[in-house]
Amino acid sequence: MGHIRVTGLGKAYKQYPTRWSRLAEWLIPFSPLRHHQHWVLQNVEFEIAPGEAVGIVGANGAGKSTLLKMITGTTQPTCGKIELEGRVAALLELGMGFHPDFTGRQNAIMAGQLLGMQVDDIEALMPQIESFAEIGEAIDHPVRTYSSGMQMRLAFSVATARRPDILIVDEALSVGDAYFQHKSFERIRSFRKAGTTLLIVSHDRSAIQSICDSAILLKDGCMAMYGKPEAVLDYYNALMAEREGQVVRQEMLAGGEVQTVSGTGEAAILSVRLLDENDRSIDAAEVGQSVVLEVQVEVRQDIERLVLGFILKDRLGQMMYGINTHRQDKALTDLHTGERYTYRFSFVMGLGKGNYSVSLSLSRLDSHLDRNYEWRDYGLVFHVINNRHEDFVGCSWLAAKTTITRSEAIVSEHTP
Amino acid sequence: MLLSLYRSLCSYRGFILGSVQREFQARYRNSLFGALWPVLNPLSMIIVYTVIFSHIMRARLPGVDDSMAYSVYLCGGLLAWGLFAEITLRSQNMFLENANLLKKISFPRVCLPVIVLINAGINFAIIIGLFLGFLLFTGRWPGMALLALIPLMALQMMFCAGLGMVLGVLNVFFRDVGQLFGICLQFWFWLTPIVYPMSILPDWVQRLLQLNPLTNLIVSYQNMFLYGQWPVWTSLLPIFVTGVVLCLIGLRLFRQRVGEMVDEL
Repeated sequence: MGHIRVTGLGKAYKQYPTRWSRLAEWLIPFSPLRHHQHWVLQNVEFEIAPGEAVGIVGANGAGKSTLLKMITGTTQPTCGKIELEGRVAALLELGMGFHPDFTGRQNAIMAGQLLGMQVDDIEALMPQIESFAEIGEAIDHPVRTYSSGMQMRLAFSVATARRPDILIVDEALSVGDAYFQHKSFERIRSFRKAGTTLLIVSHDRSAIQSICDSAILLKDGCMAMYGKPEAVLDYYNALMAEREGQVVRQEMLAGGEVQTVSGTGEAAILSVRLLDENDRSIDAAEVGQSVVLEVQVEVRQDIERLVLGFILKDRLGQMMYGINTHRQDKALTDLHTGERYTYRFSFVMGLGKGNYSVSLSLSRLDSHLDRNYEWRDYGLVFHVINNRHEDFVGCSWLAAKTTITRSEAIVSEHTP
Repeated sequence: MLLSLYRSLCSYRGFILGSVQREFQARYRNSLFGALWPVLNPLSMIIVYTVIFSHIMRARLPGVDDSMAYSVYLCGGLLAWGLFAEITLRSQNMFLENANLLKKISFPRVCLPVIVLINAGINFAIIIGLFLGFLLFTGRWPGMALLALIPLMALQMMFCAGLGMVLGVLNVFFRDVGQLFGICLQFWFWLTPIVYPMSILPDWVQRLLQLNPLTNLIVSYQNMFLYGQWPVWTSLLPIFVTGVVLCLIGLRLFRQRVGEMVDEL
């Protein structure tokens, strides 16, 4: 259960030159086809094993939603086929089909019926739906009095009341308040642990990285890449900045990470090193140690302005810390071909135990989306170890100092 | 194919019954008198037609010397026409009205026409119930022939379902269909002997009206209510054949275009 196999999938919309051509095509027997097909998705092929979680990324209009709609069955593919095993639940456009004049409870029943459930089943699930949605007495008020967040809560609770074999999520996680976002994400995680296959479309990098085993990159209706989430997201990131004359290349590093380098190449990163107090290159730093991130840059064409930025990421790709010289008011101006610069960022290693990577960017302004001279993921990979301090959990070291004072116990007068 | 349609209908029976129920609730939810309105509406219709046509216009049915007779004749025809108009008009818009649902949620599409049919059937049953009460009250109870109501209704529903399905699917691709059918209904109404009796027409017009499949159906309703006569079953053959053909065309059209339909909404 929970198997998804997509083969040779494609979707085209029919476009007729005039409004009459469709009528002509329908009515005149053996007439030639009068429409041309506008392909929005082509040659999509992948297979997802039960219990796997796959993220789909891509720019707007790349075909993500069309793909999901075909998998859920609302839209029919033009060619190719989709094989699904097990019960599918889709979190697309939560709250669709809610009727404003009916109460939350009635709408929940309605939504359940739309998923093919019988009233008895839904009534049995109702207490659990109510307690998860946490909207209190509002469950018996008309939905038109709900805030959009409350509607979302109810819709999510109904859609996920039973664990599906396949769960399809389209940007649904970005609605609702922070508390409910966490809660819904936790539910998805628990489904995943219990063996549900996940298919997620999201622009939230950390959501995809923290939950998905692999990712699919769609670009102009085609599958541009299918692989580990970090690699796919880095590649996507690089594609986002794509301009004329840019190169994007990916290499496998010794540690198995895929390094993505992209950019127009007016400036390039020559070396990246992590140094200790004595300027010795290290690949493991102690928690609390003073270190220096040293980056050497070469200018290969005259450019008016140069900003170097770096981001430290944990092994899941979540950002730990990032800064650039634009924000530090240290951008360089009027650079000439052949010049070399050495940047030294010195800081105290405030990260917890683990593996971290450094992504670097050379650009003209604050964002690498403007002029991207070079963007480099996995420019450096280092470890943080903890031998000097007590063991702690989490990814940041805050060096808490603890004081404990004892106060007198309050004794009641009536105590015998 | 029919079997798979039937099976998906069965598994979504909760949704179908729920939708029917909700449609009724939604109509009267924010009203003070609630359930009274479905009764008051047809009642007012019966009164208006009786007063205007029967008393003010002094209309009489040829051969029957009774002021109530014409209003019974009129109501019988109007109620049957109402069922026909409700199903076809609602069917032609059912896919367009539910565009949002169709685009976002995957459910057996064949539920929609079934919901329309059941809803119209219930509305019809309410009005007919009232009308029968009226007949009983005025001492015009038609007797055993009333049993013919069931096959007549079934026949009419089949015809309407077929026509409605064809219109519903076509209307998604060619919105003109909806406008056109609205106009057609106007002509169709007056080309069916509802307000006037067949017998006042010249022979050649009567023969022309026989081409209208609804003519004999409506006449059967009227004869049943007014004279307690059983329908002449052979006269209903045209509407039966047209109904079957329309259903076949409708099903074929639906099956061919149901996937493409979502792209056009």
